[in-house]
Formats: sequence, structure tokens, C-alpha cells
Amino acid sequence: MALIEAHGLCLDFPYYHLGARSLKKRLLGNARLHTDPSNRVVVTALRDLSFTIRDGERVALIGHNGAGKTTLLRMLAGVYEPVAGRLTVAGSIGAMIDVSAGVDAESTGRQNVRLRCLYRGMEEAETAALTAEVEAFADLGEFFDVPIRTYSAGMGVRLAFAMATAMQPEVLLMDEWFLAGDAGFLAKAEERLTRLVTGADIMVVATHDTSVVRRWCTRAIRLEGGVITGDGTVDEVLGPVEA
Amino acid sequence: MLEQLPAVTALYQVDAANPQRRQRAIADVVMGMARWRLAVALAWLDIRNRYRGSVLGPFWLTLSTGVMLLGIGITYSALFRLTLVEYLPHLAVSLVVWNFISQMVTEATTSFVQSEAIIRQMPLPYTIHALRCMLRNALIGAHNLPLIALVFLVCGTWPGWEVLLVIPGLMLIAINGFALALLLGMVCARFRDIGPIVGSIMQLFFFLTPIIWKPQLLGEWAALLPLNPFYSILETVRGPLIDGGGALIAWVAAFAYTIINVVLAAAFLVRFRSRVAFWV
Repeated sequence: MALIEAHGLCLDFPYYHLGARSLKKRLLGNARLHTDPSNRVVVTALRDLSFTIRDGERVALIGHNGAGKTTLLRMLAGVYEPVAGRLTVAGSIGAMIDVSAGVDAESTGRQNVRLRCLYRGMEEAETAALTAEVEAFADLGEFFDVPIRTYSAGMGVRLAFAMATAMQPEVLLMDEWFLAGDAGFLAKAEERLTRLVTGADIMVVATHDTSVVRRWCTRAIRLEGGVITGDGTVDEVLGPVEA
Repeated sequence: MLEQLPAVTALYQVDAANPQRRQRAIADVVMGMARWRLAVALAWLDIRNRYRGSVLGPFWLTLSTGVMLLGIGITYSALFRLTLVEYLPHLAVSLVVWNFISQMVTEATTSFVQSEAIIRQMPLPYTIHALRCMLRNALIGAHNLPLIALVFLVCGTWPGWEVLLVIPGLMLIAINGFALALLLGMVCARFRDIGPIVGSIMQLFFFLTPIIWKPQLLGEWAALLPLNPFYSILETVRGPLIDGGGALIAWVAAFAYTIINVVLAAAFLVRFRSRVAFWV
């Protein structure tokens, strides 16, 4: 049984690199007598979000670029902590947000799988099992023991996909590319995704691809400028399927 | 609300009104230390990637330190009117330990920025990134140790049993390296100008610290040396190796600086841990 409960979540995203970041500007800025006391550019990324996601729900976060979808995913994953509000996520979390993070291009496929297992804090036995599974699925042959810097784009995607999907979390958080177009590169990838999605108690996927939403999700939450503007079944939020 | 939650394998709860900063910071350190295997693996990868394709690898550092030792040794022993046998052991230990300390401080400034991608992808304890930075520099620094042994062999210097004091000395350096990787890592992620400032400060301290020159040359001013944290920390390793254990005042000062450093790092971790993800 898994559960996500959010109550009044807020997040201000500071954009330090827009000019407020440097020490010089900070010192000079403060000398400019209260014209702009905090002197930093803040974007309100998420504003007062409240929702409850229960067991068995597969939720799509929809909205335009910059609406806060990925930020919300990262917050659910525990990367960003809210500045206001309360968040509870019950269940083991599996995040597939940026799959290339933590991949070492100079290491072989096998070494990268080991590294990923260390990142996930797995034991030796689990690591061995997962390595065997990824090796079988990615089907790289002898390239599995060659630095991934030398891989073709397709081989890289296969390995990344195999590593990312080799888990069975109770709460699955993912960014859209897994479910959109390219991920269907093989029939077995499709099958694996289905197993991952249906095996999870809760799935939250950030996407702006309506076909992904209709195909995989039971509920949609629409975000606009960091605010929830729609929450309900897919048909309620997206409107009925166009003829 | 908790009692109605079903039995699950994991529970993540965060409440902005009750941030529990101290508990989360403690959990960060405890869980990060428990996962030292990841930090070791990452430190090892860093070294391998840095010296990829190079024949000598990290031993290039040994070689360049060796050349520097020889050059400075010959010139300055003449300048200071000391025999090479008197001067070289002091220089070898000081230079090797200084390189070690200086690398740790300089790289501490990028401990979090370097791991930006992974910090945004999964919630790892920040301790792991700091530990990785410290371990990487400890491993690289260890490559210079044969130089000290070589110089001792050539000059016929043999320390007594007090050489065992290098163990607490090196531990002090490691603890300071870890605390600085947390502290400077956070500060430099937020203010990107501090990294270069730290670089200049370390250059200054290379001359202010008795590395090339012996502390005795200062005469009565030598009493002020413990005010220099780098001297004090350096002395906890140099003392046991060539000075019969090192001055007590240096040890006391080194412990005091370490405590200040650790307390500052802990305070910053408690206060700013949740902000690091936005800064990197």
C-alpha cells in the first residue's frame, strides 16, 4: 500500500545565475540601501499544491513547459524540500527523472550497473542479480564490457533503459520520455514498461503528450504556472477523446 | 495521521512548518557514512578518469613533487646555509603534507557543484559527496608518501617511536578535509566567487607557513606560528616524523581549529542542507 499526501506545498525556485549569485553583487546590493533587500530573482515554481494520491492510481502531471511538472516530480522524489506545506510519501520511491545522471562514460556497461546499484544502496547479491538482468535485457553482447563512451546512441539508450527500469518501486516517478515514442523501440521494452507501471502501486508521470496520458493514466493533474488548475479523471481534465 | 498509514517499506515525510533540520542533518551524516562504499567507488572513479590514458597516472604528481624537492632543496639549503641532510627531510615532509592539505582545501570548493547532476536526480546524503572529495584527495596524496621514505633513507633520518603520532595527525587532516568539503562545498555552491578566493588564500599561506623555511628562523616570532591553522595542522604530521613529536602548543591549536571547523560545518549542514539542491 502506497500513498502520496501533499498539503499546501510551495516552492520558490531561486535563479541565482540570473545575476544575484555573485558575492560582489550581494555585497554591493546590500549597500544600495533597501532598494531590493533580498536582491535575488525568485520564481514561484509551485504554489499551494494539495492532493492525495492513493494506491492503484496512475497520475499524469500535465501542463506546458515550465509549469512545474518536473519540479514537482523532484519534490516527490525528495530532491527539493518544500518551503511551505507538508508532504508524505509512503512506499519505496523509484525516480526516473534524468537517467543519464550518475553514468560514468569511461566505465564499461557492467561497471556502470555496479555503480548504479551502489547509488541505490543495494547489497552484493541484489547487485549480481540486477547485473545479470540488465545484461540479458540490454543485449549488448561483448560491448557490455567496453567503456560506454564507445557506444552508439542506440546502445546507450538500451543500457540506460535497462538500468532505469530494473527496479520495482511502490511509487514510480518518471519524466515522459520513457513512455513517449522512442521508448517503444522494442517489443520487450514495451512489455517491461508495462510490468514496471502496473507493478507499481502508484505512478506519477510528467508529460505533455496526451496519447501517453490516455494510454497509461487513470487520473490527470493539470499544472499552470505552478498552480493546479485541473484534477480528475483523464477525460475530465483533457476532455473526451476527439473523434 | 500517521496511525492510519498502511505498512510500507519506506516513508518520506517533510513538513516545512516543522523542518526538523537537526535530525535530518544527523541522518544525512549517519546514512552517508553507512554508504562509504559508494563514496570510495566514486573517489576511485574520479582518480581513474582524471589520469585516463596517462602512463604514470597519479605518479606524475610524485614525480613533479620530487623535482620540486630537489630544486628547492638545493637552492634553499644554500640560501639558508644548511647542509642538504639537515634541510631536505624538513622540506620533504612539509611539502608533501602541504600539497595534501592544499589539494583538499582547493577541491573542497567544488565538492557539491561537481555532483550537480546526481544531486538533482536522487536524494543522496550530502555527506557522500563530501566523503568522496576527501577520499579522492587522500588517495592522491598517498602517492607522494614514497618520497618521504626515499629522502629519509638517503639522509639517514630515522624517527623514533613518536612516529606513531602521525596517525592522529593524519586523522586530523582527514576530519578537517571532510568538514571543509561540506562547509566550503556549500558556501562555494552558493557564491561562485569564493572558489578563486580560496585558491589565492592557499597560495598566500604557502609562503606564510614554514614549508620552505624552518620555524626556528623566525626567532622569537615563532611563538605566533600556532595562530596559523595550516602550521598547526601541518605540525601534527611533521612533528612526529622529524621533530620528536611536535610542539604541544601546535597539537592543542590543531585540535582547537579542527573543533571550530567541524562545528561550523555542522551548523551550515543543519541550516542550509535543504538548500544545496537549489544552489548547485
